[in-house]
Amino acid sequence: MEDRVVSSPDDSAKPARGANLLRYTSTWAVPVALVIIWEMAARAGWIRVRVLPAPSSIFLALSATIQDGSLLRHVAISTRRALEGLALGGGLGLLLGVATGAFRIAETLLDSTLQMLRNVPHLAIIPMVILWFGIGEEAKIFLVAAGVLFPVYLNTFHGIRTVDQGLVEMARVYGLGPVALFCRVIFPAALPSILVGLRYALGIMWLTLIVAETISASAGIGYMTMNAREFMQTDVVVLGIIIYALLGKLADVLTRGLERRALAWHPAYQSARAAA
Amino acid sequence: MTAGAATALTRYAAEPTVPAEHVVERVSIEGLPLALTKVVKRFGARTVLSGIDLAIPAGQFVAVVGRSGGGKTTLLRLLSGLDAVSDGSIEISGATVGGLQPQVRMLFQDARLLPWQRVLHNVGIGRGPDWRERAMAVLNDVGLGDRARDWPAVLSGGQRQRVALARALVTRPGVLLLDEPFGALDALTRREMHELLIGIWQTHRFTTLLITHDVAEAVALADRVLVLRDGAIALDTAVPLPRPRRPGGAAARLEETILQEV
Repeated sequence: MEDRVVSSPDDSAKPARGANLLRYTSTWAVPVALVIIWEMAARAGWIRVRVLPAPSSIFLALSATIQDGSLLRHVAISTRRALEGLALGGGLGLLLGVATGAFRIAETLLDSTLQMLRNVPHLAIIPMVILWFGIGEEAKIFLVAAGVLFPVYLNTFHGIRTVDQGLVEMARVYGLGPVALFCRVIFPAALPSILVGLRYALGIMWLTLIVAETISASAGIGYMTMNAREFMQTDVVVLGIIIYALLGKLADVLTRGLERRALAWHPAYQSARAAA
Repeated sequence: MTAGAATALTRYAAEPTVPAEHVVERVSIEGLPLALTKVVKRFGARTVLSGIDLAIPAGQFVAVVGRSGGGKTTLLRLLSGLDAVSDGSIEISGATVGGLQPQVRMLFQDARLLPWQRVLHNVGIGRGPDWRERAMAVLNDVGLGDRARDWPAVLSGGQRQRVALARALVTRPGVLLLDEPFGALDALTRREMHELLIGIWQTHRFTTLLITHDVAEAVALADRVLVLRDGAIALDTAVPLPRPRRPGGAAARLEETILQEV
């Protein structure tokens, strides 16, 4: 992707770069070939446009929706719902996980209730949510929050419970108070587990949002695709699906970056540094 | 590594920038006296320590040997304040121990470094004023000044215990408790750690209690060796050998005497 040959005085970089280029191109060979075949099949009339539009017409739909500003508006609205739901549900899950993980009394009071609620598929409560909140923003944010709460809660609880007790004991001998003990020992020890919960929650976040926006919305990507379906605009429907995939991928890449930064101490993230 | 640490020590001792009162303090004994009176520790129906009476003068280096299950680690945990006595009392410098003591520091069998904090931050775990400078100085003492910015994961076992030693010494403790900290190290690294520990102890003279299953290690390091057997002191002997000590001869004869009591 980046051309560093000019600045690189190392001759041995050339064959390595060639091999990388080959691997890079072969990774993309299959999807690119599929898209070409798809385009040709659509143009030849083998695939009806109502079933699956040609890649070129999806691209045209993309440029049209960008130009009239509707795509950006829908993406912005969906992203905002996703993030608000994540902040609400994830924050609550984190708080509850910390409470039940750190305090026995909180576990006794809350854990069995939460385990019961966890087994209710959160999409099954959509009828109730519509009765409670109507079809406004609150309904969608509530559903996302309900979906992300449990993965974050469970992984936070597990992370805090599996902290190395030897480290806790050491920290007490070395005079750390409860706040320092939590901030410098317990929370960092639980962080790898919490981040696993976050990545899992992000997947659920998009999934929930797709469903919620498809059922009832007046804006957002889900609305855009459902609206396009009414008018048989299959190109916009497929575009919406691709946008969801890209947003999901983006969220995953960002979390990976966060993991790499926050867990730089972890041996699993040090191979590159050790080799350098 | 050891040579580097040794020169670091002498440099530390002769540091010209240190205020005068600190130099005086360094020559004198920094350790605190310990006194155990009829100390009993029971876990349920099982009595682990049955009436230990022991007085350790300030600055003495005591090694405690004995079979596993003999109560060695329990004794150390009582002194650290991690566990409470069932009966009797422990006094440090005349004050009864009831809970964790800021002047008591402990080295565990494993280094127990926080993997998410760099070496310097591990050493300065208690923070406090000027902790960076103090942590850096003591890291230089243990010969790891150049590893201050590393993660603990990239250090060797011996280096990790050096960092743990630095962490214990950074607050200049009156009592240092060592729970078999060299048990997992190879013979050569262990010897380096011995020299390092004795060097620092001779400078600061903190009261030291070393738990070990290795009688040779006890005789090589300590002023006094205790044998703990079935929860009681079976032998209490001085080690009247000049330092630096060489294995064999008088040391070997003393080791034999102690081994018969273990």
